[in-house]
Amino acid sequence: MYPAKFEYYRANTLQETIHLLQQHSGAKLLAGGHSLIPIMKLRLAQPPVLIDIGRISELSGVMKTDGRLRIGSLTTHAMLAASEAVKKHCPILAEAAAQIADPAVRNKGTIGGNLAHADPGSDLPAVTLALDGVIHITGPEGDRQVNASDFFLDLLTTDLKPEEVLTAVELPALEERTGSCYLKFEHPASGYAVCGAAAVVALGGDGSCERAGLCFNGVTATPYRASAVTEALAGRNLEDATIDQAVTEHLSIDDPMGDTYASGPYRVELAKVYSKRALKKARDRARS
Amino acid sequence: MARVFGSSIKRREDPSLITGAGQYTDDLKLPNMAYAAIVRSPHAHARIRSIDTSKATALDGVIAVFTGEDIKKSGTPGVVPVGWLLPDMKIPPHPVLASETARYVGDAVAVVLAEDRYRAQDAVDLVEVDYDPLPVVTNPAKTVEEGAPQLHAEAANNIAFDWELGDKTKTDEAFPKAAHVLKVNIRNNRLIPQAIEPRAALASYDDSKGQLTVWMTSQNPHIHRLLMSLASLGLPEHKIRVIAPEVGGGFGSKIHHYPDEVIACWCSMQLHRPVKWTATRSEANLTDAHGRDHVTEAEMALDENARIVGVRVKTYANMGAYLSTFGPLVPTYLHGTLLSGEYDIPAIYCNVIGTFTNTTPVDACRGAGRPEATFIIERLMDLAAEELGLDPVEIRRRNFISPDAFPYQTQVALQYDSGNYGPALDRALEMVDYKNLRAEQERRRGEGGKLLGVGLSTYIEACGLAPSAVVGSLGAQAGQWESGEVRVHPTGTVTVYTGSSAHGQGHHTTFAQIVADRLGIDPDNVEVIHGDTDKVPFGWGTYGSRSAAVGGSAIAVSTDKVIEKGRQIAAHLLEASEEDVVFEEGKFFVRGAPDKSQTLNDIALQAHLAHNLPPGVEPGLSATSFYDPANFTFPFGTHIAVLEVDPETGEVKLLRYVAVDDVGNVINPMIVDGQIHGGIAHGIAQALWEEAIYDGNGQLLTGELLDYAVPKPHMLVSFELDRTVTPCPHNPLGVKGVGETGTIASPAAVVNAVVDALKSYGIKHLDMPLTPEKIWRAIHQSGRS
Ligand SMILES: Cc1cc2nc3c(=O)[nH]c(=O)nc-3n(C[C@H](O)[C@H](O)[C@H](O)COP(=O)(O)OP(=O)(O)OC[C@H]3O[C@@H](n4cnc5c(N)ncnc54)[C@H](O)[C@@H]3O)c2cc1C
Repeated sequence: MYPAKFEYYRANTLQETIHLLQQHSGAKLLAGGHSLIPIMKLRLAQPPVLIDIGRISELSGVMKTDGRLRIGSLTTHAMLAASEAVKKHCPILAEAAAQIADPAVRNKGTIGGNLAHADPGSDLPAVTLALDGVIHITGPEGDRQVNASDFFLDLLTTDLKPEEVLTAVELPALEERTGSCYLKFEHPASGYAVCGAAAVVALGGDGSCERAGLCFNGVTATPYRASAVTEALAGRNLEDATIDQAVTEHLSIDDPMGDTYASGPYRVELAKVYSKRALKKARDRARS
Repeated sequence: MARVFGSSIKRREDPSLITGAGQYTDDLKLPNMAYAAIVRSPHAHARIRSIDTSKATALDGVIAVFTGEDIKKSGTPGVVPVGWLLPDMKIPPHPVLASETARYVGDAVAVVLAEDRYRAQDAVDLVEVDYDPLPVVTNPAKTVEEGAPQLHAEAANNIAFDWELGDKTKTDEAFPKAAHVLKVNIRNNRLIPQAIEPRAALASYDDSKGQLTVWMTSQNPHIHRLLMSLASLGLPEHKIRVIAPEVGGGFGSKIHHYPDEVIACWCSMQLHRPVKWTATRSEANLTDAHGRDHVTEAEMALDENARIVGVRVKTYANMGAYLSTFGPLVPTYLHGTLLSGEYDIPAIYCNVIGTFTNTTPVDACRGAGRPEATFIIERLMDLAAEELGLDPVEIRRRNFISPDAFPYQTQVALQYDSGNYGPALDRALEMVDYKNLRAEQERRRGEGGKLLGVGLSTYIEACGLAPSAVVGSLGAQAGQWESGEVRVHPTGTVTVYTGSSAHGQGHHTTFAQIVADRLGIDPDNVEVIHGDTDKVPFGWGTYGSRSAAVGGSAIAVSTDKVIEKGRQIAAHLLEASEEDVVFEEGKFFVRGAPDKSQTLNDIALQAHLAHNLPPGVEPGLSATSFYDPANFTFPFGTHIAVLEVDPETGEVKLLRYVAVDDVGNVINPMIVDGQIHGGIAHGIAQALWEEAIYDGNGQLLTGELLDYAVPKPHMLVSFELDRTVTPCPHNPLGVKGVGETGTIASPAAVVNAVVDALKSYGIKHLDMPLTPEKIWRAIHQSGRS
């Protein structure tokens, strides 16, 4: 519970952050600290240098511009859960953020840290993926953007390079007749997702499914996108039976994770049950 | 005037605790203090070939690194003893630093001392221990099998003791003749106590005086001083002072005498500097004595009228790698003795085999033996009800000990002094609206969807272990009386000294209530002192739900002695005979003449001035008692859990939890409710979430709070409490214990409710914790999903 020795720098701007990252190899960014500090205390991570970005105001906050939400990487879970813009335009993100751990964690933890850390049990990765989010990154070579579908590479591994900073997440504002739902089966000890199902359903004028998104946290090493299920739903009238059938027939996850609390096959079963429930709730919300 | 006894005055300890002013062991700092960090075995079983401390010693800021060899060379005994002896028990030595063999993950092998705790931790990583791993066994039943790895030369087949209670012949005879026989195999899950404050010790040895002072996280400072002196350090008892400052919870884990606190003391004696050691959470989980971990085969025989005719239990109880202080007591005299429950059972036999395994030592953890026994008997009752087609309420009623049968001698040693079990059951049924609940359950069964389950636990518990002569004859190396001193100061305010050492129970409040109520004064005029061997008379501490019944009684007796002395002085001053002087609401007066009175303040002043005392009466107004109870106390009650099981995922959702407890007279209802709430939460958590899981290599897989699930508020419901009051007949307060009732009663209520919900799948029993996956698998394997 006592971390190894490290140096600490506080960055005041994005540019300064990148400069510091270039100067100190092996340095880690410190945002809310609620993923990084616990593993440092267990000495599972021993970064020689921490660069605290927590006070860079330009990286915090939610902005709405022509049909999209731009969420600064330092926006905390509590801010997401309380933001009127998020609740209106991306309600599933507020719904998921509100289910993260406890108030202390939500007040400190950030969306950027959550996505950058890429813990398979985190709640925001699958939501970002289900919404087809775009990750904004700044590095020594300038800015770049990555689709969420290309961002999560493996367990605790993303497309971020050591000298890059995740600056924002861009999400589409959900339109009329679009419903979404995040349902979570939480681990009784950690509170992380054993299975978190993120469902987004867009209905056409005739009430049939125009588009759907369905992704899971907690089941596989990286957030899992159940494309076969949503493809089977496209164009269909979303009766309960249709949803049940699509999930039963088209959801197959080959490489689930397992641990002493929940085995791989059980997590797959949870994904089935939770995706049916989340899709139905998203549909109901789209209809209302 | 409303009585102080029985009123929910606010806890007087809280303002300091909730504003952060409370001083816990780790808050204390002494000049020139060194920090200790302990090097622990990463192997569950390994021979130690060599330990190289050179790199660690060379690190800047490191003061010293010691191993078990250094302790041996110092001539200090350096072992921790066991405090309860059973017949033929094998007692392998338990050195505080292992130097030949490490026997569980976490076994201490070296200690580092450094100028700060970060450097100490760095140095721990630099100590190089050459281990030769040995085969590992963790299961308490498998460890006795042929070919199992052997832990100690002293204990053949890893058996520490083979203990029995009850009449075997009579019990064996009851079974073949019985109309019904039920059998169940139970694994009672291993728990980690999880006190919020981890264990810590700050030891300061003054070489010039040969005096050791230890501030430590203790539930019983005098026991720790005694064992430090007698067994571990070899220092004379009067040269050791043990102080328990604020202690942040214990759940039993701070009763025991562990290696780590001894190591801190020994290091201070070597360095002639104060030494502080504080467990990290990971260390606490590896080294605090764990609880439960039984493998049990239990049988019940009943006649054609559903009357129990026999109970037979065989248990393998995991002792872990060494015998912890009261480890042998827990599965024997705190477990076998409870197997009669609230029922009139003519024949009971219990056999307990305590075994060594490559796991953390096991000892008392809230409830200690009694939850295991209650779980067995209450599960058997439900199985019997199901088998006989009776409602679980009906089968219990048929077997209750009738209210006129008290004192009731069970077949397993205890004599229940009082009890009346029907009213608590009736009240609980009324509170849950049992009839309608069953009707709703029926209706829902037809509908599909979530399954409703209702589970009962009609429990008894025995606490406030006593009397000393009896516990001594059963193997205790300790007495079970308690000390209480009441000192009235010249101004009439009072200081109370108790050997009972609080760590969250609220002694400062309830003990003041006892005294204030008897003396007719404001509780704010009573101060309670505990937790310091230099301040309070010898006492045995706080555990086993004994504080109010034993410690509180000692204080009550002392208070009454003070009143008697006051009466003598008052009679003298009032020029009346003692028999005519009454004491009411803080005033002494001649019966019938209250206008002319002497207040307690007046008497206190006169007692100290000693200008005009009756002949033969000594000055001062104080009294000390050593109260040795005549018997245990026997709280009881009915708990009912109502919950929902999701058949698709196996998730359990608690809907309601009703508890009607009889803890005798109640000193402070709010504090009693708090104890019950905590106990229920703890027991529900055992039923649904908590488990220390070892893998085949003896690695603790649930060693962090990331994996080990303690209950959090959103996982529980608001408990609905009520009580019946059957005062304890043998102590002056009529109080019984309350700290463990919830933990004892609730696991069975919850598991009975889940099994009840799963009835249609033909599921008879599931082992705790009832994780969703376990339930989901059981449903799938039932073939009826
Ligand atoms: C008790 C507890 C329970 C929790 N339960 C949940 C839960 O239920 N669901 C859930 O989703 N999460 C949970 N968390 C994690 C929490 O949400 C974390 O706050 C979050 O995952 C990480 O965000 P952070 O701001 O704290 O990041 P930090 O801990 O500061 O950083 C995490 C990692 O990301 C890197 N990083 C941070 N910001 C950036 C950036 N802008 N650009 C590049 N790299 C960056 C850091 O260098 C580090 O490697 C829990 C945490 C705790 C302590």
